[in-house]
Amino acid sequence: MLKITDLVKRYGAGDPVLKNLDLTIEGESVVSIIGSSGAGKSTLLRCINRLVEPTSGSIILNGTELTTLRGKNLRAARRKIGMVFQGFNLVDRLTVMENVQSGRLGYISTWAAVSRRYPKADIQRAFELMERVGIAQYANSRADQLSGGERQRVGVVRALMQQPEILLADEPTASLDPKTSEQIMGLLRDLARELKLPVVINIHNVTEAKEYTDRIVGMRYGRIIFDDEPAKLDGAEMDKIYAGSPHADRATQGAETP
Amino acid sequence: MTSISQQFGRDEWTRFTPRQKLTRWGTLAGCALAIVWALSSIEVIWAWVWGAPEQIGDLFGRMYPPDPTNLVTILKVLWDTVNIATFATAFAVLLSLPVAYISAQNTTPNRGTLWLGRLILVTSRSVNTIIWALLFVAIFGPGIVAGIIAIMFRSIGFIGKLLGEAIEEIDKRPVEALEATGASRFKVIVYAIIPQVMPTFWAVAILRWDINLRESTVLGLVGAGGIGIVLQGAIDTFNWPEVATILLAIIALVIIGEVISAFLRRRIL
Repeated sequence: MLKITDLVKRYGAGDPVLKNLDLTIEGESVVSIIGSSGAGKSTLLRCINRLVEPTSGSIILNGTELTTLRGKNLRAARRKIGMVFQGFNLVDRLTVMENVQSGRLGYISTWAAVSRRYPKADIQRAFELMERVGIAQYANSRADQLSGGERQRVGVVRALMQQPEILLADEPTASLDPKTSEQIMGLLRDLARELKLPVVINIHNVTEAKEYTDRIVGMRYGRIIFDDEPAKLDGAEMDKIYAGSPHADRATQGAETP
Repeated sequence: MTSISQQFGRDEWTRFTPRQKLTRWGTLAGCALAIVWALSSIEVIWAWVWGAPEQIGDLFGRMYPPDPTNLVTILKVLWDTVNIATFATAFAVLLSLPVAYISAQNTTPNRGTLWLGRLILVTSRSVNTIIWALLFVAIFGPGIVAGIIAIMFRSIGFIGKLLGEAIEEIDKRPVEALEATGASRFKVIVYAIIPQVMPTFWAVAILRWDINLRESTVLGLVGAGGIGIVLQGAIDTFNWPEVATILLAIIALVIIGEVISAFLRRRIL
């Protein structure tokens, strides 16, 4: 279970990007976060694995308080949080297998990492997952030779290799064409069911969010203003989420709180 | 509706006003004066300048035909020269890796190490190889060791600087992704940074070897080993036919070096 309480993130001296935000994600649900650019979706996700330092508040994942961790403990906690990125973030000049195994870097010895002598169990799991998503034939290809959809599959497998307790996906389909995008969304939903894994997806495509996820969280100027099942997201709610611009919202300090 | 020309009633246009023209001609005249003054102050002996073509002909006459009697010695010393360049490049490459790491803004541990790295780079780069060689000949005595260390010192700055810039220009997204998996700093370097700077690394190492090959041919002039010692000996004894042989050997070496580095570049990159 992921429990976020009173989370604030402020860059520099400006208005906070996240304003006293509360969010709880239980069980193995697939949750999508929607909202216009600049609403704070990406910052929220990056606060969870501390790629971004929260200013204040608490984030608890299965009993571990994440906001205060440092050094070794932080790395240990990050192993349990998988992340999929908009730009795939693969190492282009390494093979697909090396990219996939880099999800295990937190677990294996430095020597095993440098010499590429991966544990047998890891190799086996890598092949199983790659077969599951349909990229096993590329194990020895360089990552930059794959198409966008295939590259995102490598990104998903890398995250799953961590054996995470939660999977974060930051606009995983924004760089993909519509068809590939639906395939990746379907894959994330199915994998969540198969691996009993909670998944949080930042997404711009509301149609996909409605179709592939169990719960939709709508964000506007650093606050959650909608949190319900997809069927409840109607036109009026959509207008509230996407009205105005983040800049204008910040200027008025969001006078009317939902 | 009136056009601009109608409005202002002008049918003449000049790029500069008379005042600007005056300034420009004045500047030009000032520059010409400065050049004339500089030339007159360096005490050129014009008779020697005008006599240069004759002297060139005379020198070539004395150099031709090249004298190959000492060819074996020359080739042996030339091989020393290649060794100086190669060993110095190899050592410099190894030593420049940590320097590049601490002088790149995105990998350096803290501000102190960043400035330390930059200090090393600047020191190394601002001193010419020949000056380094003079210093190390005084420390290690004349010979190959002084030459290797002199070239190494100059190369660390060059390789470290270019490699450091390559590290600064990497795609940061894979680094972020691997940090998110909980990998240690060292593993992130091995998996996300090193693969990205590898092409630059090889290109810079080959280029520096190419440069070092040329630089090591003049090290002998200050006693730091290599072909330069033999060359200076031949010039000092007016043995012009041998000077010709040595110069031809150096040209051949540089061309071979160029061919090898071009081949390596194609092969590796």
